[in-house]
Amino acid sequence: MTPNLLEVKNLKVYFYDDEGRELKAVDGVSFSLKRGETIALVGESGCGKSVTSMALLRLVDSRGKIAGGEVVFNGQNLLLLPESKMREIRGKDIAMIFQEPSSALNPVYTIGDQIVEAIMLHQKLHLRRAREVAIEMLRLVGIPAPEKRLDEYPHELSGGMKQRAMIAMALSCRPQLLIADEPTTSLDVTIQAQILELIRELQEKLDMALILITHDLGIVADMAERVIVMYAGKVVEEGNRFEIFKNPLHPYTMGLLNSIPRVDVEKKRLDTIPGVVPEPSSFPVGCRFRGRCGFETQECTQDPPRQSVSSTHSVFCHHWEKVKSINPEVLKNAGISNS
Amino acid sequence: MLGFVLLLFFLAIALGAPYIAPPKSARDPYMMPIVTWSANPLPPSPEHPFGVAGKRDIFYGVIWGTRTAFRIGIVVTVASTLIGLAVGSVAGYFGKLVDEILMRITDIFMAIPFLVAAMVLTTILGAGLDKVIIALIVFSWMYSARLVRGNILQVKEEQFVMAAKALGVNDFMIILRHVLPNSIFPVLIQASMRMGSLVITAAALSFLGIGAPQGYADWGALLNYARNWMLGGQGEALRYWYMTVFPGLAMVLFVLAWNLVGDALRDIFDPRLRM
Repeated sequence: MTPNLLEVKNLKVYFYDDEGRELKAVDGVSFSLKRGETIALVGESGCGKSVTSMALLRLVDSRGKIAGGEVVFNGQNLLLLPESKMREIRGKDIAMIFQEPSSALNPVYTIGDQIVEAIMLHQKLHLRRAREVAIEMLRLVGIPAPEKRLDEYPHELSGGMKQRAMIAMALSCRPQLLIADEPTTSLDVTIQAQILELIRELQEKLDMALILITHDLGIVADMAERVIVMYAGKVVEEGNRFEIFKNPLHPYTMGLLNSIPRVDVEKKRLDTIPGVVPEPSSFPVGCRFRGRCGFETQECTQDPPRQSVSSTHSVFCHHWEKVKSINPEVLKNAGISNS
Repeated sequence: MLGFVLLLFFLAIALGAPYIAPPKSARDPYMMPIVTWSANPLPPSPEHPFGVAGKRDIFYGVIWGTRTAFRIGIVVTVASTLIGLAVGSVAGYFGKLVDEILMRITDIFMAIPFLVAAMVLTTILGAGLDKVIIALIVFSWMYSARLVRGNILQVKEEQFVMAAKALGVNDFMIILRHVLPNSIFPVLIQASMRMGSLVITAAALSFLGIGAPQGYADWGALLNYARNWMLGGQGEALRYWYMTVFPGLAMVLFVLAWNLVGDALRDIFDPRLRM
């Protein structure tokens, strides 16, 4: 078996509020990623998926800190590297694309300037050569007339074009790992499909691993080989996409799947998960999904242990067997056939 | 528009000073030549179109004083803006303790009354135009620093800054290339406005006799000569009007020019504020 490209072990990111209270935004997250593999981090807003991904690059904003754990990339623990070494890895080995292409591009520079900056930073190239590479990259991401587009400012491009330019910038140094933080959320559906197709194509071409952060389960089903479901800063379930979609074992995963609108199932009202994600300052002790879960018992005040169901599928729930016994029926109601 | 015209007019005077008011001797042309031995001011005459004050030709002083005004304005503004940019951007970008320390230092400087502080410092350093310039720089960088810090606090939360970090750009380059260009315009506008007011402050120092040395062509120094004659004499309050009006007019127009230019720049850079 090939060693993993990335191994995240027990990662903890804490933030501090004005009163100095500790907010455990990411609390003991572990997962791993092989070369060329795609995983999806799924969860609702505020579950810690973006913070997790930023922590991989050691870019947690000033109010927070990485409180513990390991991020092992290519055999070295990134959390122990000096800042200068870390900067060499950012953008070169691990690149990132952001949710809002319009705010992730600097409005005062042409997109060419920005791609060239990324290229010249990590590859010792002359300006002229860097511009050629930038043009190649723009062509690769399917921007027509790249020679001309290179000298245009972000506001002169459409949203889809900007996201393509962002992708060109992120991929210009041929990273081994791409982190895509909701790359298509701000785009309309047709452009979404094009961008996802583009990412997948480039991923194959460059043999690059991908961490896809999203709350759109449609995209997950389409793109990811493995899925990590997060809730309130913890991983609640992990498995390959068939296991997650056909046989969810955590009540939260089941709730998520249950709340997707389907065209082929008639419903008066969409099923929802009752309640909201608790504030990080008031996460319940034990299982954090406790207050919103229909399976709650006294046991749930204890931290749920990791239960391995198969070599790839594991779940953090005391009652996963009960969930398993009812999930065919629930999924059938949700329109997901369990054949 | 008027601002730019006025500014060009002053610029022309400053550049053309040797032709408009040719220096009488080969000595330092910035020293106003002594034209009479009488201590009394003389009213405007064909020979001395703006009159004579403190034994010196006011016209000559106003013309060469334009150069002094530009020199003080530009040197002080550029230097204090650069210091302000450096302090403000470091404080704003790094935040936390660095911000706390730098901003408290800024507060201390701001708490000292500007004119008094500049006076004290000039007295310590001694007379001379360069000393005035130093004193003005030391007590005027804080305004840029504050403005820059505020803008940077805002810009650094933008996603493109995070994107640049994620690309591995170092902090210095992020400030220089990504943060400052997005927050520089208000600073430039403020600087152009300050250019004018600095000239007034410098003139105030000269007026108090702690600015430019005796006889140096400077608008404030010309007013200094008028100090004893300002109240007029023998029932004629406006008898020595020319002593204050000509240098004063030059000053007012100079400040007005920079303020109008500042306004124009603001309209160009920030169309949202246009009335």
